[in-house]
Amino acid sequence: MKKNILLFLILASSITANAQVDSSLFKDTRSDTISTEAMNMDAVYERPFFQAGTSPVSVGGYVEADYQYMGEDGITEGHTFRIPRFTLFVGSSLHPKIKFLSETEFEEGGKEIAIEFAALDINFFPLLNLRGGIIMNPIGAFNQNHDGPKWEFVDRPIAMTKMLPATWSNVGFGFYGKRFVNDWGFGYEIYLTNGFDNSIIANGENRTFLPAAKENAERFEESSNGQPLITAKLAVKNQNIGEIGLSYMGGIYNASEDDGLILDKKRRLDVFAVDFNSTLEKTTTNITGEWAWVMVDVPETYGQQFGDQQQGGFVDIVQPVLRNTIAGFDNAVLNLACRLEYVDWNVGTFRETGANISDDLWAIVPGISFRPSAQTVLRLNYRYMQQQDILGNPPAKISGIQIGISSYF
Amino acid sequence: MKEHIVWMLVLFTAGFFLMISCEAIIPEAPAEEDLLDGPIAGLSYEEQDQFLKGDIAFNDDVFTPKTGLGPTFVATSCGSCHPGDGKGHPSTSLIRFGQTEPNTAPTISGAPQLQNRAIPGYQPEKLPDGVPFMKMTPPAVTGLGLLAALTDEQILENADPNDEDGDGISGVPSYVTPPDYFIPEDHHQPENGRYIGRFGKKASTVNLLHQTATAYNQDIGVTSTFELHDVYSGLTIDPEVSDQIVRDVVFYLKTLKAPIQRKPNNPDIMRGKEVFNTLQCSSCHTPKWTTQETDIAALSNKAFYPYTDLLLHDMGPGLDDGATEGSAETYEWRTPPLWGLGLSPDSQGGKYFLMHDGRAQSIEEAILLHGGEAQNSRDQFQALSSDEKEALIKFLESL
Repeated sequence: MKKNILLFLILASSITANAQVDSSLFKDTRSDTISTEAMNMDAVYERPFFQAGTSPVSVGGYVEADYQYMGEDGITEGHTFRIPRFTLFVGSSLHPKIKFLSETEFEEGGKEIAIEFAALDINFFPLLNLRGGIIMNPIGAFNQNHDGPKWEFVDRPIAMTKMLPATWSNVGFGFYGKRFVNDWGFGYEIYLTNGFDNSIIANGENRTFLPAAKENAERFEESSNGQPLITAKLAVKNQNIGEIGLSYMGGIYNASEDDGLILDKKRRLDVFAVDFNSTLEKTTTNITGEWAWVMVDVPETYGQQFGDQQQGGFVDIVQPVLRNTIAGFDNAVLNLACRLEYVDWNVGTFRETGANISDDLWAIVPGISFRPSAQTVLRLNYRYMQQQDILGNPPAKISGIQIGISSYF
Repeated sequence: MKEHIVWMLVLFTAGFFLMISCEAIIPEAPAEEDLLDGPIAGLSYEEQDQFLKGDIAFNDDVFTPKTGLGPTFVATSCGSCHPGDGKGHPSTSLIRFGQTEPNTAPTISGAPQLQNRAIPGYQPEKLPDGVPFMKMTPPAVTGLGLLAALTDEQILENADPNDEDGDGISGVPSYVTPPDYFIPEDHHQPENGRYIGRFGKKASTVNLLHQTATAYNQDIGVTSTFELHDVYSGLTIDPEVSDQIVRDVVFYLKTLKAPIQRKPNNPDIMRGKEVFNTLQCSSCHTPKWTTQETDIAALSNKAFYPYTDLLLHDMGPGLDDGATEGSAETYEWRTPPLWGLGLSPDSQGGKYFLMHDGRAQSIEEAILLHGGEAQNSRDQFQALSSDEKEALIKFLESL
């Protein structure tokens, strides 16, 4: 599989290499401003692409690299340099109303290679588009709108990646559409895809952990249980206020039968999320946030380590403090930013004592980011977080600095 | 233009200084005496490497159905029951049953331990109606190597089965039949093929390999070459944890440091220590031991302060659950070590859950639950002034 992907990428890059003979053939479709009618659901297409001449094929991508020095309760792993992801986009317009886009991610220098998105979109009407292939389930906003260069923080929000499983992709089909009337926009998405499996309550994390299902690459080949996962989202945007989205993802997660034999009762997973983003007009302060609730039918006799409810989210506040030409970069921006995040992997109380079950984490991440252009960001973060075990014992204190770059290319 | 250069310089200078001042950025380590985990001092590089492997196996390795968990079990990992190597919480208590007389084998199906949890699709074991049982909260696991290094002769020096000294205290060793994989060491003194048990609340396991292999098997539902019988089916199955991992965990347990007393020179604590001795608490909770030569240099010839005699004592009817293990009577319990007592809330979710089943939620409550051979000490405690009681509690919290 990896070989095929590499071969495909080499072929794709050879096409662009030939085109580089005459650089005027390239059409740079990138823009420093996002379409005013773009919503979170458009994130996969709201990216800069290079287009070679009249070719319908566009390519793009982004890279993230960082340095960090983190420590926990006086113990540190020292200085670490990472390349958490290098992502390539390949898209094409086969017809004015038919589009294809793929997103292939190389994580940690190629340790993991994943096709996060590879879907064909057919536009029937603005409010009716068919999407099929590997799609990113629209639960919350971060799962779809996760490109590194869009964020002022080195790490992704923990609630969205360690409670929700961003980036969470599956094979499936569905519909989406949106409509703007004056300042108001409305969008919807609904998909049926393959979904989760037993690993969400049987994993090395020792907790209910939705991202464990990402380890199962076979979900791109077949459903683990023959039950579709439903993901649906409604979003409303006001050009002057911002966007709010309500989303749901749910279905049977376990393999309750195999080869015609019943192995367990059917167990459901339900996830609700609300996301919002807004830019305050007077101060140009950008606020982005997301909160999600997870409910999992965990066998009562399996142990309280595996919570049947989880919740968590984050809010990012980004304040531009300087917009000017800096070091030759027109429209460079210096931002102050702060992220607050919280996750509770096990909401509930112990049956034996009635005391709260902890297994939670909170973090505050102040930072400075410098954007020489809208598509490139240099960021300096200080992360401080506390994580409690299931019993609520004295928390592990974790902090350190993170310096990173991320850019579309 | 200059302004921007200044901005850039500020940015990168700040970043530079952040990088070179990294040590100041990370959270401070808790004081050594406030932590239970960590290796005993003096381990060689090789020993530290094995300690680390054992640490990972004990605290990080989580069993899943794919890696051998269950099908019925009590916990998914060692660390689930012994967080931070400390005492466990009532939510991970286990139930032992099936033996009501000393030196008899359990006859009830599913005994001696209830696996009260099950992987999805399976049903956990249920306690048969009317069967006496013992609920046990997981103990702290620190300093066990020092206790393991003591000789049988040292333990027997404190035994007084017939109370010949007339102090009302008659500690007896727990003699148990060891498993086939037990290899006696020079310091063991068998009696009719049985050996002194040191670990477990009834002192029913003879050494840390016995304790560890049994815990993998009965707590996690994992088989090893040492304990090949699956607790669910009762049949032998392939080993689900390697010998090396079991031995790494044994080494880890052997070389965990002993808890360190906090503020031993505090006047109140010193006064409390005097009260402790006056009340004859130390008759069972023997403060000081010294190891002899052993296979790990860091454990050899070391003085340490566990506050236990490793013997069984009659604790009275209030603590008689009607069930037992090994050679202990149902009312007999091994003197639990008191070291690390004050740190118990740090592993029990901020509260005390003391005595064998966590029924005491304070040190005072635990003292008042003492009966049998400890009745006299308990009565003396009740007669103490509030200042003396407070000093005694402070001393116990300092351990």
